[in-house]
Amino acid sequence: MSSNTALQGGGPVTRRNPVSRLWNDKQTRSVIVQIIATVLIFAFFFYMVQNAIANLERLGKDFDFAFLSAPASYDINQHLIEYDSRSSHARAMTVGIINTLLIAVSGIFLATILGFVLGVLRLSKNWLTNKLAHVYIEYVRNVPLLLHILLVHGLLVHSLPKPKQASSVGDVAFLTNRGFFMPKPDPEPLFWIVGVLFVIGLIFTFLFRRYARKVQDATGKIYPVFRIGVIAVVVIPSVAFILLGMPVNWEIPELKGFNYRGGMVIRPEFIALWLALSFYTAAFIGEIVRAGITAVSHGQTEASLALGLPRKRTLNLVVIPQALRVIVPPLASQYLNLTKNSSLAIAIGYMDITATIGGISLNQTGREMECMLIVMALYLTFSLLISTFMNWYNSRIKLVER
Amino acid sequence: MNEEATQERVTHTLGDIAIKIREMHKWYGQFHVLKDINLDVQNGERIVVCGPSGSGKSTMIRCINRLEEHQRGDIIVDGVELTNDLKNIEAVRREVGMVFQHFNLFPHLTVMENCTLAPIWVRKMPKAEAEETAMKYLERVKIPEQAHKYPGQLSGGQQQRVAIARSLCMNPKIMLFDEPTSALDPEMIKEVLDVMIELAREGMTMICVTHEMGFAKTVANRVIFMDEGQIIEQNEPEEFFNNPQNERTQLFLSQILQH
Repeated sequence: MSSNTALQGGGPVTRRNPVSRLWNDKQTRSVIVQIIATVLIFAFFFYMVQNAIANLERLGKDFDFAFLSAPASYDINQHLIEYDSRSSHARAMTVGIINTLLIAVSGIFLATILGFVLGVLRLSKNWLTNKLAHVYIEYVRNVPLLLHILLVHGLLVHSLPKPKQASSVGDVAFLTNRGFFMPKPDPEPLFWIVGVLFVIGLIFTFLFRRYARKVQDATGKIYPVFRIGVIAVVVIPSVAFILLGMPVNWEIPELKGFNYRGGMVIRPEFIALWLALSFYTAAFIGEIVRAGITAVSHGQTEASLALGLPRKRTLNLVVIPQALRVIVPPLASQYLNLTKNSSLAIAIGYMDITATIGGISLNQTGREMECMLIVMALYLTFSLLISTFMNWYNSRIKLVER
Repeated sequence: MNEEATQERVTHTLGDIAIKIREMHKWYGQFHVLKDINLDVQNGERIVVCGPSGSGKSTMIRCINRLEEHQRGDIIVDGVELTNDLKNIEAVRREVGMVFQHFNLFPHLTVMENCTLAPIWVRKMPKAEAEETAMKYLERVKIPEQAHKYPGQLSGGQQQRVAIARSLCMNPKIMLFDEPTSALDPEMIKEVLDVMIELAREGMTMICVTHEMGFAKTVANRVIFMDEGQIIEQNEPEEFFNNPQNERTQLFLSQILQH
């Protein structure tokens, strides 16, 4: 400080020693700090790798990924691709990846819908809905996720009937403690017409939206785009499906021995993990949505209403575009949380990445170093993919204000 | 006050009834905000509402486009009675423009988009036409060159002028001003008042809640004094300022005109 006062004092500038001058220069100081930090980081990683190599040597282990092609010799209850116990560890890992992706995508989907509903209910002026949403959010987000997963799983396994006493839905779908058995569609040749109509409907809706915007710019006419889209995508294919005489054979699950065979099955582990993850994350998303909508000042709504815009358009054109800006970044981190939290699947035996390559494969081969690196790399990849997508979406909706 | 205020008075040409308020009451919970309000506003009439803060001035004009609900009595605007009927409310809001103390421009839209939003989505106007109209009004409030900026880039006075232009783009029959200059720096008040005076000259029906007494003297046909939720006194500006009848009006005027 004394050198500063000397400068400010307007007296003769005292010549300080060059080291002190360098250190007090804003730019040089920042360079020096960065160099020191880089050196420290490299030193740390060098030490860690050296340490790992030394430890592996001491244990007589090498670092090798060849085990991935050896037979895994364990079963996986839910596999969307072909798999049996003679398949390789790499194959088991792939099954795990698919299961993790499945739970992450379906979880994000349900959590987003539930979360937005909760957020809106939380803002409701109706005392009852508001309080119910509040109690739900406070309960769910203050109890550990693992307990939710165990609770839902326990409820499903213990309260649902055994296959012999399955509660059936119209004798085609069956609810049991071994899972939810559903008929599996087996499309007949004519079914492709319905499929084509559906795809045409999607393309039409997309193009029609652009066309509608052009027409509105030119003439002011406003088309009910959403309703027309629903007709094109849902109603027309459905009508075609009925007119064609429902060209689908259903493979209906049948009780054989102690369990159902055939059809499709959703296993209780999946349902439990899916519901618990979604309900849990939805509570957080609900709060984020509420915060986002509250962040848009009431004056905005008033100004829009005062201009004669109906409530729905006020929401769509004024409130939501401003709320999304606040909602999307924290929403992205909730998606990341959900994906990473799905590793708790191991508690109820849902075979995701952690349970396959990071669990049984690791235990059987003793390759903890390699397996853990693979698991970390996989989660890192998923997380980076999600955040890249969310960043892209965020930059698309980000509001320019100046 | 500004020099404009001392210029010649705006001439009056009055028409039919634009707004009719009869025995209107409003409560916030237990609190009786508006008590037995009766008011007729004729087409082309320019009314200034003043009074101490908390007297219900803003609440009263916000009832006219139903940003606030009244609990008793009738409000008829441009021949449409305000009830819970959403279509009626929207119909009234289309014809009644409002300018807020804090501008309430949409920060995510440019000045031009702010002005064209309602004409496009409510009046179903082609975009080009809406932009043309917007440009016309932006020129009138003297900021056409700011059309493609965002509200955050403008000064307070400019923002308020955009807000006025935004309302005018809907071609309203009545304009409500809710303390339009209270949030402005002193040097910006004049530019906004000038626009309002200009609007008054063109015969717009206006109700202004304001403390700008110079503006009231220049523009108003009638000045209304409110206190504790009631209309205490109303008169032509000259009479109102020179010869206030009620004690509370006298007290208020002496406080506000002291300096």
